[in-house]
Amino acid sequence: MLAVQSETTHVINNLQIKNTPTKSSKYAAPVIPNLTGLKLRKTIIEQSKRAGVGHIGSALSVADIVACLYGKVINAKSPRDPERDRFVLSKGHAALALYAAFAERGWITNEQLNTFCGDGSHLGVHPEHALPGVDFATGSLGQGLSFGVGAALAAKRQKADRRVFVLLSDAECNEGSVWEAIMFAAQHKLNNLFAIVDLNGQQAFGYTKDVLNLSPMDERWKTFGWDVHNVDGHDEDAMAEVIKNHSCIGDKPHVLIAHTTFGKGVSYMEHQIKWHYSPLNDAEFELAMSELERQS
Amino acid sequence: MRGAFAKTLTELAAKDSRIYLLTGDLGYMALEPFAEKFPERFINVGVAEQNMVGIATGLAEAGFIPVVYSIVTFASLRPYEFIRNGPILHQLPVRIAGVGGGVEYGHNGATHYGLEDVGVMRVQPGITVVAPADAQQTKTALEKTYDLPGPVYYRLGKDDRIVVPGLDGRFDLGKVQVIREGKDLLLISMGGISFEVAKAAEILSKEGIEARVLVVASINPAPVEDLQRELGQFRQAITVEAHYACGGLASLVSEVVAQSGINCRISRCAIEDSPDGETGSQSYLYNKFGLSAESVAAKAKSMLCRVGV
Repeated sequence: MLAVQSETTHVINNLQIKNTPTKSSKYAAPVIPNLTGLKLRKTIIEQSKRAGVGHIGSALSVADIVACLYGKVINAKSPRDPERDRFVLSKGHAALALYAAFAERGWITNEQLNTFCGDGSHLGVHPEHALPGVDFATGSLGQGLSFGVGAALAAKRQKADRRVFVLLSDAECNEGSVWEAIMFAAQHKLNNLFAIVDLNGQQAFGYTKDVLNLSPMDERWKTFGWDVHNVDGHDEDAMAEVIKNHSCIGDKPHVLIAHTTFGKGVSYMEHQIKWHYSPLNDAEFELAMSELERQS
Repeated sequence: MRGAFAKTLTELAAKDSRIYLLTGDLGYMALEPFAEKFPERFINVGVAEQNMVGIATGLAEAGFIPVVYSIVTFASLRPYEFIRNGPILHQLPVRIAGVGGGVEYGHNGATHYGLEDVGVMRVQPGITVVAPADAQQTKTALEKTYDLPGPVYYRLGKDDRIVVPGLDGRFDLGKVQVIREGKDLLLISMGGISFEVAKAAEILSKEGIEARVLVVASINPAPVEDLQRELGQFRQAITVEAHYACGGLASLVSEVVAQSGINCRISRCAIEDSPDGETGSQSYLYNKFGLSAESVAAKAKSMLCRVGV
């Protein structure tokens, strides 16, 4: 069952994919070198500016998580491969981070990326199922984990190796339906399911501690029967390691409580409520890009 | 109807391993045959209808045909946005079975009445909506729709004993079923109340009024051509439904009349007002809301008098 493979390289969608050794050969991770949080951040800033839309801070918050998943974790021969791992961006308003990852993974072209928020585009503010790679359309908070639970249950019943990843926002846990899904997943021991909570402490109209205090987030999930891991949500390698070592292991679903900074990577956006909705002006764009360039 | 639904589903599940049955902790004394025969494919998700529909969406995306089951209001209204954003937007074969359409849960009170489910479901173009009139039609309807590629909503009755005379278990998507011939006026019915409508036609017949009676079980797709043809032959029609007057059968028929320019006056027997807290048996409530056979017959007679037939 557990085997260590030597490093191999193969090509998917014209990209060189490196398989690094893991504890379980079943979950040998595809490593896509250019798919990094920093690269996604640059795309997020560029496309937000080009399209003149907001939700920038939320996308920056999850850039490293999405980069980790699409650059180091998710097995998928193609966006519609039936045996692919499933991903649900339950906080659909961070879709730009997802599109940026699709572009790096070769699932969409740069021309498609440049249609973001354009008339007739499948790349809207929230992800549409019509776009190959979007396993479940989201945008209404509190629904994605249930979809993911169903997908994980399906994989179990089909005796398939597929894993399911669901990225939630912390404030999304205000929705009662999230806790319905949490209870079900624990009851049915869905150890192929990973929830990742983007714990940035902010929501659209305030800080989570002032709206509905969710602390301690980790203890809440633990009490509900999940295998809980507190992680640095900006450390791609650390998150990938946790996922690799717990895929289909144990008798509980897994949750990564990803401690993140809202607006991460652009100093004037960090921790600022304004950047949930606000678009960029020219000066703000130049400053953001120069800061990201310095991080390269 | 729920017994026929469970029995037919169990038969289909023996032939089709994609079928799963999920319940929101309801169906005691109804779902046991399926649960006992296919324990691996029967899941009580708990009292959590939103999650139930979300899970069904995930199962369907992977190739299963999940049926979610609850009382009408809990199956349709509570998880409505999940139904919209899940199986409808993704066009996945989730089946939503709501039991107790109308006021069948009479003594249980207004929280248990299914009064607007057809209305809210049929506004969504991407879902098939089926409201069978009796157990035999339920069986046929399920057999003909269970493997459609998109989602289906079934509005079911609890009662398996009623048999709508002249229906003989017929069902076709996008079609009406004529259960009685007549030339004086048209009665159009939806769901289990069709039994009352057939009785109303009997009452009228004894007084020399011959009503033609249609059952509309295929709500979406609507039987537009059939209704155009039928309505075109009458100057008066009465719709009868255990549903609010807005959004259900009366609305559907009125839309056909308006869009087709047919010269037929529509009168509706439906629930016009929000429940006032008074509970009772289904027959008591049918009387209260003007839906009993006698009420429908009286309405037909007064309508015919007004237009001078």
